[in-house]
Amino acid sequence: MNAIALPILIPLIMMVILMIVRNNKAAQWISSAGTIALFVLSVYLLLEVNQKEVMVLYLGGWEAPFGITLVIDRLSAVMLSTTALIGFAIAVYATKFFTPAHRESRFYFFFFALLMGVNGAFITGDVFNLYVWFEVMLMSSFVLITLGSKRAQLEGAIKYLALNLIGSMFFLAGLGLLYGKTGTLNMAHLAQILIDDRNAILMNTSAVLFFIAFGIKAAVFPLFFWLPASYHTPNITVSSLFAGLLTKVGVYALIRFFTLFFVQEPAFWHNLLLVIAGFTMVIGGMSASIYYDSRRILSYHIISQIGYMVMGLGIFTPLAIAGAIFFTIHNMLAKTNVFLVAGIIRKLRGSFDLKKVGGLFNSNPAVAVVFIIPGLALAGVPPVSGFFAKFILIKAGFDAGQYLISGVAILTGMLTLYSMIKIWNEAFLKAQPKEYEKEVKTRVTFAEIFPSALLAMASLLLGIFASPVFNYIMKAAEQLSDPVNYITSVLNL
Amino acid sequence: MEIILAILTGVLYTAGVYMLLRRSILKFIIGIIFLSNATNLLVFLAAGIVQGSPAFVDGKAADSSLIADPLPQALVLTAIVIGLGIIVFTLALKYKYFQLTGTDDLDQVKQTDKP
Repeated sequence: MNAIALPILIPLIMMVILMIVRNNKAAQWISSAGTIALFVLSVYLLLEVNQKEVMVLYLGGWEAPFGITLVIDRLSAVMLSTTALIGFAIAVYATKFFTPAHRESRFYFFFFALLMGVNGAFITGDVFNLYVWFEVMLMSSFVLITLGSKRAQLEGAIKYLALNLIGSMFFLAGLGLLYGKTGTLNMAHLAQILIDDRNAILMNTSAVLFFIAFGIKAAVFPLFFWLPASYHTPNITVSSLFAGLLTKVGVYALIRFFTLFFVQEPAFWHNLLLVIAGFTMVIGGMSASIYYDSRRILSYHIISQIGYMVMGLGIFTPLAIAGAIFFTIHNMLAKTNVFLVAGIIRKLRGSFDLKKVGGLFNSNPAVAVVFIIPGLALAGVPPVSGFFAKFILIKAGFDAGQYLISGVAILTGMLTLYSMIKIWNEAFLKAQPKEYEKEVKTRVTFAEIFPSALLAMASLLLGIFASPVFNYIMKAAEQLSDPVNYITSVLNL
Repeated sequence: MEIILAILTGVLYTAGVYMLLRRSILKFIIGIIFLSNATNLLVFLAAGIVQGSPAFVDGKAADSSLIADPLPQALVLTAIVIGLGIIVFTLALKYKYFQLTGTDDLDQVKQTDKP
């Protein structure tokens, strides 16, 4: 049963080891091994939770609601596995792409600190504990984004840090008010108290503060401005890591809070979520289309895709929540992958600027393949994962009579397709511009392309085996829509 | 006592937001410090304060309405420590940025937003 604590403990142990190990090569091997261990563990948890529904660990033997509780339900297990897979890909990728050699062992240290924060946020069952994990995640991401200390990085870091700190304060304020009103911070206990309490006036203050806090982390429409200002500044390894994990933790927290206990005034909240989802999708997608720097296009795309996840939460039928979860997993894999490929393009052609690159389809067909799979997945072309994710969401939208948002989602798919085609045309099909020809390299080593190939394979398998994956996720969504099982398991009723 | 602390919290929030809107990075950081302290006070206050009673008593079980709730105090303590760490990092970042660019003006921090 204590395996529940291991997603936090393994990165912690890795951090201790990496504090001692200063040798770069050794750090690379140890880190890759550590992420594999994490992945094996999370798959074990995924299978285990399939039988037990909800796994609970009372840290220090203090029963809920008094102590810190770690809870793994289906949603947590799915998120943990995806995180671990991305962690492994990034750990391998960093061996080739993390350029300032003397900083490499440091990178892995903060990489595991970040993974610890992310995993902790996924499995905690306590609101204050979630705040602590968010801070762990934030601190390590601050360090990661500034590793290298170039001017652009420091500027990006200032913006990133400023808005995220304000977000943390909203989180803490909401948490304080929530405790004042209910006298508990255990999520299951909160749900038990609030599920019959339709007296929304008092709860809405907390709910709004939490919504702003998670909205900033998840980068939804009026709160996303830190993301495009900072994600294109650090090393591409760090960008890929952030793109895959950070905003999705915000989405996870939104899903968890707004299905479990902020259910007092559905009409208001769900409409608000839908409006925000629509704006997030369209503005993210449209902003992406004006840029020619591949990292910026992809950064705006992160925002655009967050809209779909929020849309699933806003429709709020079990099918829609399943769609949101499916979309989150698909997006984590595909989005990380396109960032990884942007790094490979940079390595082969010397630039992130799409106007200065070209001709990769002829010189490196393998790179083209690992780009087109996540690219099509993001655009939503069958049989890759994104098609099923969008299909579930839009079907749920039509079933629930939310035609407007479904239409917006379909149209945003065009914007995504446009951006993916832009990168495809510019980097792969067009000939290399004459004036930049001396930058060209054609050799890609196995270790460089392996992480992308792995994630592309995952996207493809997620599409081909969409049915069993969907069944699992549908059960997760049903668990979220009807949290009685969660509450009774955690509180031992 | 609550009313004084509530007013203080409000004043800190106001001062914090005002400082955030100034152009200097250092003043921005001072604004963050104000806001984080205001939030800490808010958490402390929201749970209700009991005057003149310790959080724990020895021996006999006391009437729970007479003792202060220890949990918000523990939460605030944790939040203060986290806040301290973050402020130190922010100051270090500001110092590094100043070393590199020689400016403290937030209007100069716009390179990463240009297309």
